Amino acid sequence: MNAVIDIFASAGLWAAVLRIATPLILGTLGALLCERSGVLNLGIEGIMTFGAMIGWLTVYNGADLWTGILVAGLSGGIFGLLHAGLTVTLGLSQHVSGLGVTLFASSFSYYVFRLLVPVAGTPPTIEPFQPIDVPVLSSLPFLGPALFTQTPPTYAAILLALALGYVLFRTPLGLAIRMTGENPHAAEAQGINPMAVRYGSVVVGSALMGIGGAFLTLSAFNSFFPTMVQGRGWICIALVVFASWRPGRALVGALLFALFDGFQLRLQTRLSGVVPYQIFLMIPYLLSIAALALMARRARVPQALMQPYRRGER
Amino acid sequence: MSEAILDICSVSKRFGDNLANDDISLSLGKGEIVALLGENGAGKTTLMSILFGHYVPDSGKVLVEGRELPPGKPRAAIRAGIGMVHQHFSLAPNLTVLENVMAGTERLWHFRSGTGAARRKLRGICQRFGLTVEPDARVGDLSVGEQQRVEILKALYNDAHILVLDEPTAVLTNLEAERLFSTLKDMAREGLSLIFISHKLDEVMAAADRTVVLRGGRKVAERLARETNKAELAELMVGRKVARPVREPSTPGEVVLDVADVSVSIDGVERLKSIDFSLRAGEILGIIGVSGNGQTTLAHLLSGTVRRDKGELLLFGEPIGDLTVDDAVRAGIGRIPEDRNKEGAIGEMAIWENAVLERLPRFSRYGLVDRPSGQAFAGQIIEAFDVRGGRPTTRTRLLSGGNMQKLILGRNLIDRPRILLAGQPTRGLDEGAVAAVHERLLEARRAGTAVLLISEDLEEVMALADRIQAIVNGRLSPPIAAEGASATKLGLMMAGEWNEEHEVSHAI
Repeated sequence: MNAVIDIFASAGLWAAVLRIATPLILGTLGALLCERSGVLNLGIEGIMTFGAMIGWLTVYNGADLWTGILVAGLSGGIFGLLHAGLTVTLGLSQHVSGLGVTLFASSFSYYVFRLLVPVAGTPPTIEPFQPIDVPVLSSLPFLGPALFTQTPPTYAAILLALALGYVLFRTPLGLAIRMTGENPHAAEAQGINPMAVRYGSVVVGSALMGIGGAFLTLSAFNSFFPTMVQGRGWICIALVVFASWRPGRALVGALLFALFDGFQLRLQTRLSGVVPYQIFLMIPYLLSIAALALMARRARVPQALMQPYRRGER
Repeated sequence: MSEAILDICSVSKRFGDNLANDDISLSLGKGEIVALLGENGAGKTTLMSILFGHYVPDSGKVLVEGRELPPGKPRAAIRAGIGMVHQHFSLAPNLTVLENVMAGTERLWHFRSGTGAARRKLRGICQRFGLTVEPDARVGDLSVGEQQRVEILKALYNDAHILVLDEPTAVLTNLEAERLFSTLKDMAREGLSLIFISHKLDEVMAAADRTVVLRGGRKVAERLARETNKAELAELMVGRKVARPVREPSTPGEVVLDVADVSVSIDGVERLKSIDFSLRAGEILGIIGVSGNGQTTLAHLLSGTVRRDKGELLLFGEPIGDLTVDDAVRAGIGRIPEDRNKEGAIGEMAIWENAVLERLPRFSRYGLVDRPSGQAFAGQIIEAFDVRGGRPTTRTRLLSGGNMQKLILGRNLIDRPRILLAGQPTRGLDEGAVAAVHERLLEARRAGTAVLLISEDLEEVMALADRIQAIVNGRLSPPIAAEGASATKLGLMMAGEWNEEHEVSHAI
């Protein structure tokens, strides 16, 4: 029991929580934006992998870190364009198309990586983002090291969650996106172009997913390996439901999941040898299923999610 | 007539082989209410879709206050002041009334929605036209009548002065419909011009200043309300004299179905409370009542999809315990569900598949579905029951309501069932289709089928049923003979006023 209290009392845990949460926040916001417009994007897992790879590769080849983020976002957008073409223009099954994008993007990442980076015993590394101390706040006791010594993308992700919430619920554009996700025919009748809204949302959402992936190689670690996304994309899909399609709650959900994860990592080291560590690896996922079961019952699904829109057809 | 605010000039539109609109012209004056009357498939909705820019006409044009509208541009139609209220609401149920109304009305890239001003404007419109709706209510929580008001508000919020309503009463209760028409008249008095699409003669006579009749894609007549009557309009609409058939006297046979003291609860709510009735071969028993008083549960009970809590069901004199769907099929109970789109037919499947589903063993060979004989069977139904607009392989969804109903009727009646359960069999159908359905029900009665007719249409029940029982809040009145029934008496029964003594059940 003391071990548990010790873990929660250490500033290191809370600093780790924000770091672990960042790719989840970005991925969840991306998936949420797509789904608010009515398109499920299961391409997320592959898009994050590709973003992680291309972001790293850009920096490895001499570009600066922010360029890496930008390239990862652009490549995510291109995969989004592919997904939108298949699901919005052609009206194909969103599940199948999304899984296809994931399989393609994951394999393609590894292919490009192997093509350009020679096999080596230790993977090549880059110099990742360094934590920034927020002036004044970072010198607070406990809170300072816990919350205010993060890398720039983490601060950006949190601000982005708030910004997306504002856009969705306070601007005409956000209303158009939500309307399209609820009833594209109604949107069309009000003079909104549902196709354009869906394209835009999927492309921007996918770009966020790509950036979420890039965080892994440019900030959390300093090298790329093909399995590094490790199901984070699928967690994001679940977090969208947990968040009931609201960016603020998505932020909370991602932080909660990261808390479980950071906690189990520390529990592993304390109890190593006593319990097999795989048990601890399960903990965040089990807790997420429990949280999802509790929260998702009240969730309001966008009514047109996964329904292709065809003009002039009811 | 005052100066025309809207002119539709010689519009034609063809879909494949089907000439949906053939050289139709129509004009609308300021403050006028015009009814566009026609059967399903007469081209009313196509014409209005062209007006609203959903379709591009093959020829012809639309003028608003003398200026031509660019074809195929809904946005231009909105900007010209045309508002459309669709039969199937186009609303986002998870958004609020205000959000539904506001969407798309502001510049998309503005960085803040003008919610406050929009709410004030909406409240003002609500007040001016007497359309009360709470702007911040979630649309999915509103009643159907209120949702329709939101649709109207959407159009008015866009400064519409020409309002088109597509079968506005199709989903409303009678009371809500009356309210709607009084609102529409107020709106016309305020200077709005209205077109409403309908196939119901009563409401056309009650609400319209002028009626334009379409048939088979052509405009066949135009009448001022004061110069015409229901009979003439009915004839113009259908193209021949239509009279709903009336039952002829007959002697019913033995009792085929006895329901004694049966109660049914669903999710803890008692939907049927100790109901009693018996059904005889060769008679039609009418169950009349306002929707939502247990009719659906009664139909489900006899189709085998819900279980009774207490009481006894006797089929051909034998107690049968719980009736299952299989029992119902095997006993020859034909079923016409009240919601034909949800329970009556599977829209995405072909007509022939819908026709053979419940009798698959008969259309199987060596464990495989025998397509040729299934399609031949569907062909027979199509032929015998005059199902128009489809071949056996057509997707059922593409049939009009009346034709889908004929298919469902045919599927049940072609095998001469001993019992037929007809739940709201003419709901939403046009005059011609209603007469056809009635004729089929009477034919079944003549052939010795026992028909249970569940309906909320007084005229229908009085014309067809031999005996009538009212259903109110899950309780069933004792039967009265149709001869002794008057609209007043049935009205009282539907309100729950009946004598508990059995008036005629012993007399028959």
